[in-house]
Amino acid sequence: MLGPSRDEKLAGLRRNENEFGVDPFGFSLEYTLAAMAPFLWLYKHYHRVQTFGIEKVPQGRVLLVSNHSGQLPMDAAMIAVALLTEGRPARAVRAMVEKWVPSLPYVSTFMARVGQIVGTPENCRRLLENEEAILVFPEGVRGLGKLYAQRYQLQAFGLGFMRLALETKTPIVPIGVVGAEEQSPALMQVRSVAKVLGIPYLPVTPTGVPFPLPTKYRIYFGEPMTFTGTADEDDQELEKKVQSVRDRVQGMLDAGVKERQHVFW
Amino acid sequence: MSTRAGVMVTGISGNLGRAVAKLLHLKERVIGIDRRPFIGKPKDLEMHELDIRKKKVEDVFRRVPIKAIIHMGILHDPRMSSEDHHNFNVRGTMRILECAAKHNVKKVVVLSSANVYGPSPDNSNFLTEDAPLMAASRFPSVRDLIEVDMLAHAFFWKHSKVETVVLRPVHIVGPTIKNAPSNFLRLKRPWLMAGFDPMVQLIHMDDVAGALVEALAPGHRGVYNVTGPGEVPLSKVFAELGSEPLPVPHLVARPLLSTLFRYRFASFPPEELDHIQFLCAVDGSRWLNETPWRPKLTLRETIRSVIGG
Repeated sequence: MLGPSRDEKLAGLRRNENEFGVDPFGFSLEYTLAAMAPFLWLYKHYHRVQTFGIEKVPQGRVLLVSNHSGQLPMDAAMIAVALLTEGRPARAVRAMVEKWVPSLPYVSTFMARVGQIVGTPENCRRLLENEEAILVFPEGVRGLGKLYAQRYQLQAFGLGFMRLALETKTPIVPIGVVGAEEQSPALMQVRSVAKVLGIPYLPVTPTGVPFPLPTKYRIYFGEPMTFTGTADEDDQELEKKVQSVRDRVQGMLDAGVKERQHVFW
Repeated sequence: MSTRAGVMVTGISGNLGRAVAKLLHLKERVIGIDRRPFIGKPKDLEMHELDIRKKKVEDVFRRVPIKAIIHMGILHDPRMSSEDHHNFNVRGTMRILECAAKHNVKKVVVLSSANVYGPSPDNSNFLTEDAPLMAASRFPSVRDLIEVDMLAHAFFWKHSKVETVVLRPVHIVGPTIKNAPSNFLRLKRPWLMAGFDPMVQLIHMDDVAGALVEALAPGHRGVYNVTGPGEVPLSKVFAELGSEPLPVPHLVARPLLSTLFRYRFASFPPEELDHIQFLCAVDGSRWLNETPWRPKLTLRETIRSVIGG
């Protein structure tokens, strides 16, 4: 699946799994590889992902900060597959998922087995101290559920990731995903129905419920950014730092959108 | 009567109490207190069949010098009225702590539980001892267990000369243990919440008994989570035990179990479903770093122990 040197590549991905094949967080490499097949197909043939600068991702602990869009979190999956197949060395990233994910049947189990963790600061701190690569979407649901008209306009960034980066002295790699923002154009959000269903948003798209269209993905990795300071700085100070990361992501998005010829190829 | 200082063990007639007695009675003078008779009591063990809420408990302290207490006389019976439950656990714990303060006991070990944090979808994967005790927010009838933990906590701060240890072990299992997790895992066709497979932590009762005895060692003080040999998805526990779980959609499970419990067709209150749906796993590293205690049983042995295998 990952070419001839697959076993070698995978050796580096093994974590401290117990006799039941899972690590303490519930990650299972076997499950992940089995679950990956459809995503690999999407990666290669559906979204035809192209990566730029993936070699900039440093070894050891790192926070990958990306824009978030497209109604369905395909961008997370594609970044994860990119690092698994093209990362040098291959890395199994952990994404910080929304707190309501563990309340969803099947989704919750799937997420845990492929190494995705609920986005609490404690979880993130613990994983960074274990030298893991953590994928965060500081826009959160605000980004995921934005409307088509707002494409490539970054929503407000949360400050939490910066606090953690300062506290654990973790470099930040900004990521710009171009292509996800058009995959499932939301025309409007039906907030009242979403509220009744207990989900964070319910978009209306040309396909009715969101279904990702075969847009071409371009994933841009930026230079690692390191910040100095303490974790209990004023929000104002933190905001400046967060803003610099946000500007970098926005810059990569703008350049990427300008460069490409078409949404679908 | 000897003047050798003793170790008092409340709730000694239970499964765990007997396991502690077995470990302790050869090296310490053990004074057992329980309402229930101690079946198979070692000869050298002094037993008082008493309700820990009674004034008479203090007579024991007057007669025998007590140097340490292991307090595990705490009830967990969902069928008992919440009032009796609360009354026994809170008043009993208060009585024991009052006596400890008054009679110069040097060490108090209270058995709480990792369940005080409560399972919840937004829990961190590993809760540390500083995490808030949220169990009652979704399961109000366990608030007395939280109260017991808090009482011990308050005692720790108020009486700095006493070494107070609060242990919060994960789900205790064992062949003879009759708590909710052991009973549940013993079912041939247990329910599982369709689509949910949380990581669970189990610990064998002998390992908990060992931890309680370890807590008596001078120097240990504070609140500790006690984890067993590791974390495992619930589905793997079922597979190991050879049970045939029945997947029930979570939206149906709660009202259904609620009805079954009310009419006594089920012995689990519906709130317990949270434990097989969401995470309530703890970080036991503080205890592991500060003590030489290690679980003796492997994960597989711990799981199998519920069916006596």
